[in-house]
Amino acid sequence: MTFARNQWYVAAYGREIGRELFARTILGEPLVFYRSEAGEVVALADRCVHRRYPLSESRLEGDTIVCGYHGFTYDKAGSCVFVPGQALIPRTARVPSYPVVEQDSFVWVWIGDRDRADRALIPRAPWLADPAYTTVSGMEPLAARYELLVDNLMDLSHETYLHGGYIGTPEVANTPITTEVDEDNRVIYVSRHMADAACPPFYAKSTGIDGRITRWQDIEYHPPCLYLLHSRVAPVGVLPEADGSDPHGFHVEVVYAITPETEHSTHDFWAVARDFALDDQEVSDFLRESNRTVVLQDVTALDILERVIQAEPPDYQELSINIDTGGLAARRILKRMAAEADDPAKGVAV
Amino acid sequence: MNERVAMLRGDAVYRVHWKLGTDLLVGVCHCGAEHDSEDPVELWDWLLAHPEGHRPPVAAPPPPDRRPAGALV
Ligand SMILES: [Fe+2]
Ligand SMILES: [Zn+2]
Repeated sequence: MTFARNQWYVAAYGREIGRELFARTILGEPLVFYRSEAGEVVALADRCVHRRYPLSESRLEGDTIVCGYHGFTYDKAGSCVFVPGQALIPRTARVPSYPVVEQDSFVWVWIGDRDRADRALIPRAPWLADPAYTTVSGMEPLAARYELLVDNLMDLSHETYLHGGYIGTPEVANTPITTEVDEDNRVIYVSRHMADAACPPFYAKSTGIDGRITRWQDIEYHPPCLYLLHSRVAPVGVLPEADGSDPHGFHVEVVYAITPETEHSTHDFWAVARDFALDDQEVSDFLRESNRTVVLQDVTALDILERVIQAEPPDYQELSINIDTGGLAARRILKRMAAEADDPAKGVAV
Repeated sequence: MNERVAMLRGDAVYRVHWKLGTDLLVGVCHCGAEHDSEDPVELWDWLLAHPEGHRPPVAAPPPPDRRPAGALV
């Protein structure tokens, strides 16, 4: 499977990009990022047109990059503004620049045809930059193809086995699961609504709920890059209001950005935002440590899986069972997105 | 719990409900047609073939966003 180009991808957290040149490969394309003097994020191809030297190994001078090999100098748009030893700048002396949008604490980059980059298509994760929430976050490199991470996140039943009860609860096995696919808007939603569950000690302590809870764990995946896990707890029987507001629920919004680095490696961004115990450092530490532990357990397993798959003939037949319903839906949409990117004529406006 | 969960609100939403305590998946198309299966691959194939092979139940309720004519107030 090829990449789904002509899509927005998370390239970095905004905090990662400053006045130092920053290299990151996205969908096999080496990019260099920096923040201009005015504060906007710039993304250029990370190769000097002259002899391919990485611009990220070069020097930032004001808003220009001076190539560390021969001194070719590029502006924010990637145009060469200085060539050593000669007055004439060759017409083809420019490096591609990439559309960038900073939103919800992420730096999103458009990989594809520049004129198709529409910022309205970027899915939102508003909690990450909302003062009503406290967020912990990180990024782990994954030595596995991004499809394996999509599979992994679309099926939460693996938590019982892979995470050894770290995040699983006994009620999950007795919870009906509904999978929904919105074909027009390309959203996959997997709901696990537990009407009456025991309150895990962490929630009891940090929210002050005593007694049993209504617990929802809903996956909302916006292929290809953004994955949301809406976790909601409330005293038993307390549901969101008819208008969608939810003043009596406690929310943990777990956000993943799944960005292919190469065909066989992935940037695994993760963030956990909550709307309770906002100033409680102990709660922040617990959420950071437990989520990072879970992410690293998945990384270890998927790295193993990638090596197994690479050693195999390409047409190995898998077996799919009920827990794969959401993952299968995700694969279908990703496949279609990749096909459209190869052949724009197949693309439908969304 | 018999109530079927529906969280997405689009016009073309396909749903698969895993029937509690069974191995059965119930596929529900946006046209109202339903199909049971124990194989998610087969079920997605059936759902996404819409309208081919989909026969909505005779008394299918109208989609929530469309009211019967004359019901406008
Ligand atoms: Fe996991
Ligand atoms: Zn149908």
